[in-house]
Amino acid sequence: MNFSEVFKQSNQLCKVSPDGKYLATCVQYRLVVRDVSTLQILQLYTCLDQISHMDWSSDSLFILCAMYKRGLVQVWSLEQPDWHCKIDEGSIGLVSSRWSPDGRHILNTTEFHLRVTVWSLCTKAVSYIKYPKACQKGIDFSRDGCYMALAERRDCKDYVSVFVCDDWHLLRHFETETQDLAGLEWSPNGCVLAVWDSCLEYKVLLYSLDGRLLSAYSAYEWSLGVKSVTWSPNSQFLAIGSYDEKVRILNHITWKKITQFEHPSSINNTKAVVYKEVEKRTAVGSDDLSLHITIGTALYNTRSKYEICPSPVQIPVVKPDPDRANPKIGVSSLAFSSDSRYLATKNDNMASVVWVWDMQKMSLVAVLEQTSAVRCFQWDPCRPRLALCTGNTTLYLWSPAGCVSVQVPTEGGFQVQSLNWHRSGDSLMLLGKEQLCLCYMDTDQEDK
Amino acid sequence: MGEWWTTVPIGTSLGNDEISSISHVTMSPSRQNNLVSMYSSLPPSRSSYHVLSSFCTEDNIPQCISYINQELDSLGLSSCIEASAPGGAGLSRVPALNAMHELMELHRRDMSTLEELEREQLKKCSALDHIQMNNSRLKDQLELSIREKSGLHETERQLQLKIKTMQSCLKTEKDEVQKLQSVVAGRASQYSHDAKRKEREAAKLKERLSQLLVDRKDKKLAIDVLNYLGRPDGKRSHWKTAKATVGHEGEMYKSLLNDYEVSQRSLMLENAELKKVLQQMKKEMIHVLSPRQPSPRGAAADDSQDQADSDEEEKPADSSRETLDQSCEYAKEQLANSIRQQWRKLRNHMEKLDSQASLVQSQLESNREMIPRETHKDEMERMRREVQQCKEFIHVQQQLLQQQLNTSFDDETAALLNDCYTLEEKERLKEEWRLFEEQKRNFERERKNFTEAAIRLGREKKAFEEDRASWLKNQFLNMTPFTDRRRCSSSDGQSALSIRSEPEMRMSSTKAQLAQSSTYTTFSTPKPSQSAAVPSTTELYRTLRLIPDSSSSRHSNRGRWQESSSTEDGDARVQSKNRVRSGDLSIFSLGEDEYSLT
Repeated sequence: MNFSEVFKQSNQLCKVSPDGKYLATCVQYRLVVRDVSTLQILQLYTCLDQISHMDWSSDSLFILCAMYKRGLVQVWSLEQPDWHCKIDEGSIGLVSSRWSPDGRHILNTTEFHLRVTVWSLCTKAVSYIKYPKACQKGIDFSRDGCYMALAERRDCKDYVSVFVCDDWHLLRHFETETQDLAGLEWSPNGCVLAVWDSCLEYKVLLYSLDGRLLSAYSAYEWSLGVKSVTWSPNSQFLAIGSYDEKVRILNHITWKKITQFEHPSSINNTKAVVYKEVEKRTAVGSDDLSLHITIGTALYNTRSKYEICPSPVQIPVVKPDPDRANPKIGVSSLAFSSDSRYLATKNDNMASVVWVWDMQKMSLVAVLEQTSAVRCFQWDPCRPRLALCTGNTTLYLWSPAGCVSVQVPTEGGFQVQSLNWHRSGDSLMLLGKEQLCLCYMDTDQEDK
Repeated sequence: MGEWWTTVPIGTSLGNDEISSISHVTMSPSRQNNLVSMYSSLPPSRSSYHVLSSFCTEDNIPQCISYINQELDSLGLSSCIEASAPGGAGLSRVPALNAMHELMELHRRDMSTLEELEREQLKKCSALDHIQMNNSRLKDQLELSIREKSGLHETERQLQLKIKTMQSCLKTEKDEVQKLQSVVAGRASQYSHDAKRKEREAAKLKERLSQLLVDRKDKKLAIDVLNYLGRPDGKRSHWKTAKATVGHEGEMYKSLLNDYEVSQRSLMLENAELKKVLQQMKKEMIHVLSPRQPSPRGAAADDSQDQADSDEEEKPADSSRETLDQSCEYAKEQLANSIRQQWRKLRNHMEKLDSQASLVQSQLESNREMIPRETHKDEMERMRREVQQCKEFIHVQQQLLQQQLNTSFDDETAALLNDCYTLEEKERLKEEWRLFEEQKRNFERERKNFTEAAIRLGREKKAFEEDRASWLKNQFLNMTPFTDRRRCSSSDGQSALSIRSEPEMRMSSTKAQLAQSSTYTTFSTPKPSQSAAVPSTTELYRTLRLIPDSSSSRHSNRGRWQESSSTEDGDARVQSKNRVRSGDLSIFSLGEDEYSLT
């Protein structure tokens, strides 16, 4: 495993282009585009203000930089460095900006969710979509880029509008049976739209592309409900994480629950492997001086490794404050591996633990107990390999073969806050607070 | 006077009885006194003689006689006393004696009955006491239980009270819950209503805001593009027309259709596979169930009926399967039905097996709990028979082996076996030899000790002889008339003697011991004269119990045989080897085994 040198970045705005060739990073109001393989700077753009959002177009030709404070969006072309485009939302404000799947339209959501403005880069046409709903996930494009589902709120009722992204033609518009729609997500095959209610009510609705209600699922009433929803890449499963610390898996034929994964505080499952991270602080001022010299930044230096715990394991649980809103409990993060074989979950009141479930056996495979709260985890887009970080200087990898922790060998205590896989799965982008670093996997012995 | 006569004797008898009984039972002197005072002329039986003496006087003999006769009559005694001479004072002796005898008999009988009665009385009294005690105890118990009962009643009452309060509590709680629920519901509805109101307001505001923004003609709202881009697909954008709409619809339905087709295909594949599995399962089930059909497992009528039914249903199902398409509803139903049927049968069978198993198990358990004597006996008998059989079998085997060994073994193997045997024997002998050597060494050591002791003894004897000589000399000298003169010297000699006497005694005792033990150990003394009495080593060993009796050679053999048989546990080859060595012996030992087994 090799690591690149450290680059500067701000706001954690670093993205690899969809084709995997370029790396765009924002540093204050500058946008730097590098070649991923050589890390040489290819282009350097200067925006009008500090960039608050940056995104690649789907064809990797354009980069969008949004400056929400000023209501401005600037678009840069990689092929034609002279080409420029500036979109000003004016006094109506801007809270969110994104590319349409075709990479020729930009959708800006104005302040107060007054409307969504669709700017075309091909023509000067501007379209408005009124009444977008301010919610967890109000817009979703189908994976093939044909359709966009948008949550709307009119007359205190939730609606979903399905647009054809090609010409922004409204294909379907239907009311949903939700009290307060919180999010929607297309199935990866683009034929089913999952819609879920806000946490006050456990309700997941499944709509067909043509607006028919396929199924409604509710696991329980009264207590706080859905916290996260994820489709498996093969559209076969819908995983629903909820505030009752469980993940429920629905199947794609009957839309009934197949199984549920619980996150108990004591693990008695003998089939699951519990990896516990053990940190060994290299004590300052002890035995070997030369060692300290070589290590250099000894203050942060902790060696961590995984140990396998025997079966009955107690997991540290933080009891949430019941009087607070949005209690830190329940399954907030769900991620399927690329082959839909594994599901990784995180329960918020056991923030230092990541659970990996086998979707074939429908059972727990592994539990990774970290020493600190897990910040981010992501599956390798090509292999069943999970990378996670906990805001320290170590990168953790899990695969069915085992578990590994790797110290990021950079100076100044590079603390990994977030990570992103390259689409090939060969490298990993590690984001610190102000820095970024690429980590290259050993392709020949990847399953280490 | 006559009146007095008639009443008194009865009174006496009664009084006597009463008194004696009372005196026995109550021993109350006051009562006795009372009686005495009441029947002043009837003192207790002790003083009756005095009464009698005053009863008969010279004057009233005939009256007395007649009275006594009357009394005797009344007592049912036949003998009557007659006066020896009418009007005379004497009595004819024989009847009087007879009467007295009878009276005495009567008295004795009465006394015995009295005693019995008293005993009974005592018994009754004690019984009464016992019963009374019992009664009081029971009363106590009753009281206690009544108290307990009342206590229980009290607790029950309290508990009921508690239950009542609890119930009321529960009711209030329930009411509370209901109230709270209604409150929650009310608040929720209020909240949602407010939320809606607010939302409406917000929507209105948004509307107004956007209107205002539009009205103001916000100049800033703009896109500034250097030059417009082509579409990624290279086409030009088209107008929104009805045709386009239809096209979109079509696209959508196409994609939906595609998806459904894909899912249908996968489902069909899955279905086909499942069907295959089902078919196979059915086949296997039939296969499993069919050999069971002719088996006579208490085939009940309904069972056979059931089977017949299923058979009937199977056939059309089979035929239909052949003729009709697999996906046909009818065939599917048939298949499912037949599978269900088979499954039911299988399940029934399984249940039956289960119940049987449980029955057997329960039987076993009951057996384990309490083995009936007969079954135990039967079992024992059976086992005995089995053992017998096994023994016979073994015997036959042995014989056969022997025969085989005798006949079919070629010389080489026989020699080899013999060699093996001799080797074993040799080793054993070696072991024994080693033991023997060790014993010999011990013996030698002992012998040396004895020699030394003998030498010491000789020396001591010599000293003793000298002492004795000196003592005799002294004695002799003391007896001579020069004693006085010689006192000093003699005293010296005596003192020397007295000092010496102790070891002398000891020596003598040891000598005696030696003399005693000489019968056994004299050979150890170095005197050549006694060497003739040295016993043979074997004798010594025997006395030392180092080797068994000479007669036990056979036993030792047997013991070894048994040992080998026990260690090698019926290893036929070893046995046969042994038997080659000593055929009759092994058989004998087997007989012994047999004996021990039975």
